[in-house]
Amino acid sequence: MRAADAVMECLKAEGVDVVFGLPGGANLPTYDAFYDAGIHHVLVRHEAGGGHAAEGYAKATGKVGVAFATSGPGATNLVTPIADAMLDSVPVVFITGQVRTDLLGTDGFQEADTMGITMPIVKHSFMIQHPLELPRALHEAFHIARSGRPGPVLIDIPQDLSRADIGYEPVTEVSLPGYQPTFEGNHKQIRQAAKALAAAKRPVIYAGGGVINANASAELTDFAIAGGFPVTCTLMGLGGFPGTNPQWLGMLGMHGTRTANYAMDGADLICAVGARFDDRITGKLSEFAQQAKFIHIDVDPAEISKNVPAHIPIVGDARNILAKLLVEYRELEPDASRMEDWWAQIERWRAEYPLGYEDSTDSEIKPQYLIQALYEATGGDAVIVSDVGQHQMWAAQYYHFDKPRRWINSGGLGTMGFGLPAAMGAQVGLPDQVVCAITGDGSIQMNIQELATCAQNEIPVKVFIMNNGYLGMVRQWQELFWDHRYSHVDMGQFPDFVKLAEAYGASGFRFVDKNTLVEDIRAAIATPGPVLADVRVTREENTYPMIAPGAAARDMVG
Amino acid sequence: MGEPGTKELLSLEELNAAVGLRTGRKHVLSILVENRPGVLTRIAGLFARRGFNIETLTVGPTQDAQVARITLTVDGALHPIDQVTKQLHKLINVLKIRDLEPNGTVSRELAMFKIAAEGPARSELLEFCEIFRGRVVDATRRSVVIEITGEEEKINAFEEVARPYGLIEIIRTGEIAMARGRSET
Repeated sequence: MRAADAVMECLKAEGVDVVFGLPGGANLPTYDAFYDAGIHHVLVRHEAGGGHAAEGYAKATGKVGVAFATSGPGATNLVTPIADAMLDSVPVVFITGQVRTDLLGTDGFQEADTMGITMPIVKHSFMIQHPLELPRALHEAFHIARSGRPGPVLIDIPQDLSRADIGYEPVTEVSLPGYQPTFEGNHKQIRQAAKALAAAKRPVIYAGGGVINANASAELTDFAIAGGFPVTCTLMGLGGFPGTNPQWLGMLGMHGTRTANYAMDGADLICAVGARFDDRITGKLSEFAQQAKFIHIDVDPAEISKNVPAHIPIVGDARNILAKLLVEYRELEPDASRMEDWWAQIERWRAEYPLGYEDSTDSEIKPQYLIQALYEATGGDAVIVSDVGQHQMWAAQYYHFDKPRRWINSGGLGTMGFGLPAAMGAQVGLPDQVVCAITGDGSIQMNIQELATCAQNEIPVKVFIMNNGYLGMVRQWQELFWDHRYSHVDMGQFPDFVKLAEAYGASGFRFVDKNTLVEDIRAAIATPGPVLADVRVTREENTYPMIAPGAAARDMVG
Repeated sequence: MGEPGTKELLSLEELNAAVGLRTGRKHVLSILVENRPGVLTRIAGLFARRGFNIETLTVGPTQDAQVARITLTVDGALHPIDQVTKQLHKLINVLKIRDLEPNGTVSRELAMFKIAAEGPARSELLEFCEIFRGRVVDATRRSVVIEITGEEEKINAFEEVARPYGLIEIIRTGEIAMARGRSET
């Protein structure tokens, strides 16, 4: 069997039901194998679109996403999705073609050192040096991508090696002596954590994307409800705990709610689950949650005490640990009344500082209202895929996620251009779900070519552009911190998105009136096939509240 | 204080975190890695992007052809060693890391000194060479090359001695270290 055909067999054995990719010279043998492999392949228009689509698929389904690209520029176009998957711990296997082995190192046509370029941004990578290594490397790649703390794995295959004839035998077991992620969680530490939580008078649960990755939302919810603990989630953790539950404080961090940030600031014990104390969460680190002791649950030991020292570290799988923690906690029969004053304080914050904005007095659409209208029109039940910028923060604030994997966005890397292709990937993975992309007029143009992929493959994503004619978040920072000097942020009204949608074979709409917006959105969602809606919103609206860069959480503004 | 196995609760005030993690001393990390291409690049790249500074680094084969050993030294005053080792452990090709205890370790480094040492100064230098148990491995009328083996401090001390004689260049291998006693490093 040709090595390229063995690649197909490996993909099937791994249960891959879709691949996003683009062929080129160095992966021609692989694409020849795709011709009759019976694997669903979506031909994207740009490798970055393929990479983000694989991420969207992985985030929506919890399965490993797969993206293919050729050597040189094909591979370098994958650099952004690979880095994005690394920072958000997304399980994706990237398979790139490489020049023939006799050309390696000679600056051959379309040669780039893909391994070298991507080394700092992969969980692991393989350079195939002998065709017989290929099946094992592929299975190891899938195993590494999906286990422990998930992440991107790259396999670089020289063109001639994929043409070699190898005797393919299915690999059933992988052996990686240097890779044994901890799953269980130390029992003694779990018991200590239960005791600390039972003693805490002002506890907060702070959950991150690790809860989503570990499929631990049900366990987190059960535990938080049983303990009566207030819960906040990071941008990546939204949906890990129901956004309509009375114990929900809202998102925390730079654009989180005051209630969530004040609760962190006033807590005596913070239980972090699958979260990494990123600078967008802590604000000024030296003034972060100064009264609190920390329990830190994470599958990646390197995250524990990286930014904030943990008093009770627990390494392992969040789902497994939270279930055990609940048992231990119940056994202690804690007195719920110890938290009465804390909850009273939280209720005072809630009453005093609800999320809000000043609505327009005419028909103008406020950007926040667009999210509220989307929430209403979808009954809160759509998969929302966001791009990066102000619209992302408003979507995180105003769309209340009750379930995991309904909120897909680029958090760590903050990749503009992520939204549309990721929505496409999510839709392919969840064909029966309504998938809406919320994007900005800046972000959408960074991967808009994938509208053609959606149209050709009848992938019915509904894209809503929050159009303010600006690179809105940069404009906001220039307004607030750079003395209103708007340097190169005005994008005008180019292109005409309605005409562009039609040119791509999608349906285009323009919405300008808040009074009809909910019905307009419903109509757009009911339109078959991909939809691009240009929603004109207030030009200069700021995302609030906000922890100014370098400031402490308690000094939120707006 | 809330021992495991009892129902007694913890006192939050008494909880302590291992803060700082800056030990303030030199650490010798002995790292076993899979002997594959690119492994050293991964380690060097990890140090570079996390802002950790490698002081010395040696790489060589072990008794097992599949496995190589990297010995590197890091300044624990500048870097949280705990973070360094945890990040290293995340590399799939890293099999084992041992942060060698200074007291339970024998370490050696080899250095070669090329020194001008012309005229009467030369015999004086050779006396020092003998004191340091060095060997002359090359000599011309205008230079000598001296080989010194020992712990880092010994080599530093010889450098001090040799410098006034017209030091042309020094080449050092970097430290290798082995745990004392029967247990494997």
